[in-house]
Amino acid sequence: MEHTLLVSSSPHVHCGMNTRDIMRDVIIALSPALAASVWLFGLRALAVELVCVASALAAEYLSRRVMKRPQTVGDLSAVVTGLLLAFNLPATIPLWQAAFGSVVAIVVAKQMFGGLGQNFVNPALVGRIVLMGSFPETMNNWVDPLKWLSDPLGHLGTVDAVSSATPLAQMAADSTVEIDAMPLLFGMRGGSLGETCVIALVLGGLYLVIRRIISPMIPVVYIGTVFVMTWLLGADPVTHILSGGLMLGAIFMATDYATCPINRSGKLVYAIGCGLLTVLIRLYGSLPDGVSFAIVIMNILTPLIERVVRPRPFGNKRGKAVAK
Amino acid sequence: MSLFSQIWRPHGGVHPPQHKDASEIESVTMPLPEKIILPMSQHIGAPCTPVVKVGDTVDVGQVVADSDAMVSAPIHSSISGTVTAMKDVLLPGGRKSQAVVITSDGERRPHSSMKPREPKTFEEFIEAVRDSGMVGLGGAGFPTHVKLNPKNRDQIDTIIINAAECEPYIVTDYRECMENSWDIISGIRTVMTFLGAGRAIIGIESNKPAAIAVLSHMAATINDPRRSITVKALRTRYPQGAEKVLIAECTGRIVPAGGLPADVGCIVMNVTSVAKLRRYLKTGTPLIRKRLTVAGSAVERPMNLRTWIGTPVQDVLNFVGLKQPVRKLLYGGPMMGLALMDPELPVLKQNNAIVALAEEDVQEIPASTCIRCGRCVDACPMSLLPTSITKAYMAKDTDALKRLSTMTCMECGCCTFSCPAHRPILQTIRMAKDILRTAK
Repeated sequence: MEHTLLVSSSPHVHCGMNTRDIMRDVIIALSPALAASVWLFGLRALAVELVCVASALAAEYLSRRVMKRPQTVGDLSAVVTGLLLAFNLPATIPLWQAAFGSVVAIVVAKQMFGGLGQNFVNPALVGRIVLMGSFPETMNNWVDPLKWLSDPLGHLGTVDAVSSATPLAQMAADSTVEIDAMPLLFGMRGGSLGETCVIALVLGGLYLVIRRIISPMIPVVYIGTVFVMTWLLGADPVTHILSGGLMLGAIFMATDYATCPINRSGKLVYAIGCGLLTVLIRLYGSLPDGVSFAIVIMNILTPLIERVVRPRPFGNKRGKAVAK
Repeated sequence: MSLFSQIWRPHGGVHPPQHKDASEIESVTMPLPEKIILPMSQHIGAPCTPVVKVGDTVDVGQVVADSDAMVSAPIHSSISGTVTAMKDVLLPGGRKSQAVVITSDGERRPHSSMKPREPKTFEEFIEAVRDSGMVGLGGAGFPTHVKLNPKNRDQIDTIIINAAECEPYIVTDYRECMENSWDIISGIRTVMTFLGAGRAIIGIESNKPAAIAVLSHMAATINDPRRSITVKALRTRYPQGAEKVLIAECTGRIVPAGGLPADVGCIVMNVTSVAKLRRYLKTGTPLIRKRLTVAGSAVERPMNLRTWIGTPVQDVLNFVGLKQPVRKLLYGGPMMGLALMDPELPVLKQNNAIVALAEEDVQEIPASTCIRCGRCVDACPMSLLPTSITKAYMAKDTDALKRLSTMTCMECGCCTFSCPAHRPILQTIRMAKDILRTAK
């Protein structure tokens, strides 16, 4: 028998997972929220999501080509970015603006810094923030959920739907307003496409935890910090954790591998920071929701956190190793 | 011992597929080889120098090579015959070593030096251990007489016996437990007596319940009112049998970075080593035979083989039969084993397995960019930051490499195993360690 022996260094086995599998799992985890967005906001939501994903893929493909880098469009990470950006947009946004946001996210925030894993802020959040700054009117044009059912196809063309206030905006305007928690769980409120249906987001989060794609540390600590801080500061903690972009941000955006600290203690510090900043912006800032900015600020602090909070290598003792 | 170190356990580790299909297959002895090849470097430390020359007649158990160096171990002939050549062999890892080639006369004539040993003092015991040619049989091959003679001998209170056997495929230590449990227990008693250690802990993974039962039974049957030998079942995960991990799991003690087990009052011995040492004292037969698990997807009949040290690996493969061409041939298991470039290389003292993988198990997937998922960080049993070490290596930043405790890496391979981007993380860390060694 002919043997051609391959010599390479150990280990000679691999767990079998690859980057594409991880991205596929994230897409699966995002699908309940995707379904919820179509149910709540109609086919218009699907249109925005498709445009975002398609333009993200195109931007990824073209930028790798232009930069003469190995093609990475197959790793599916652009699909995740496109979906996450769409989830952060209102249903009424003009489609060209959605596409513009996607291109900014992929080209400026991701590829210009070297591509997957090299970006220092979450690309989808950069896309959202650029759109918020560039088109404040269309980015704050919320429609009520299920309204599309009265005119199932006609809503596709509508851009200037009736504005509806989000719960956070209501609370910012009048801190004594009482908001029922139950509808919030099912996403019965105005808001961005993918952020409103809490149950769908939590379902996706559980999937990611079970598949060991993310550790529950960041979402649990982030949401917990928001709960405790709003409660301590006299706001309504239940409404706060169920509204705005918190669930979407804590489960899917703050956990972005590239932009959160890599070790456990670093993740803890980072998640607490996200929670504190979110509450500060919500209660004392001029924006109704602070999730995007909180996460982006903590993204920027991540290298610093990693420098300061690092695991203690085995056998490096603060004291000394003693035998008896 | 502080409370902290009692509750602290090393985190990390991975769960590679176990493939321990050969575990219930009884050991069989290989026929005598026609020739054996004995490299002068079959242990950690100084290589030996041949004490025979071409044309000499040698007997079974005769010393063919030795060294004056402290850290070394003599090499014995496993057959009787004639020295037919001295040649250089290239061992895996790129080390070149001189080798003595002996052609068998088929007589198995024992050498006069093979007689039972009855050491009375510690010094005589260590001398006997050295004469046995024993090295750590778990795979590292550290000379046993050096290990059993630490500078702080009076501080050793615990002997830890490594029966964890966390590498996939390998079941030689398990077979030792099942077939020679009495030698293990009495060997432990001998070592405890000469070292004055008050207790011994046999660490073994929980996936070997039969071995745990046999050893516990043996330890309970011997006349030992203080129950000084205990069997500790450890959770099944790789690398449970790594020395520092094992000490922490068995005793809660943390060996300081750059330190030795003796620094925390422990000596760790492989379970087969301790049994073989016992048999040496009883019979005078030095380390000339070694049980190997021969397995892998290319192997027709996986087996546990008692092989003669120096037997060409090709002979071993011919004996077990192959059903597919071999694409990768390993000394040891797939996590830490070394890939052979030539099947004519011999079985070495510290080998415990030959794993022959077929094409389907050898996929070279090109590395893609690091996505910072942190799986390598979570998997590292030494709590290192493989990603940061890689970056520091790329920048050739020796200060950063030191700060990151790069030398603490024991090369278990958990990082590379778990990397979804298929990056050769461990190989990069090895090169980083090389920079640090030369920078010193």
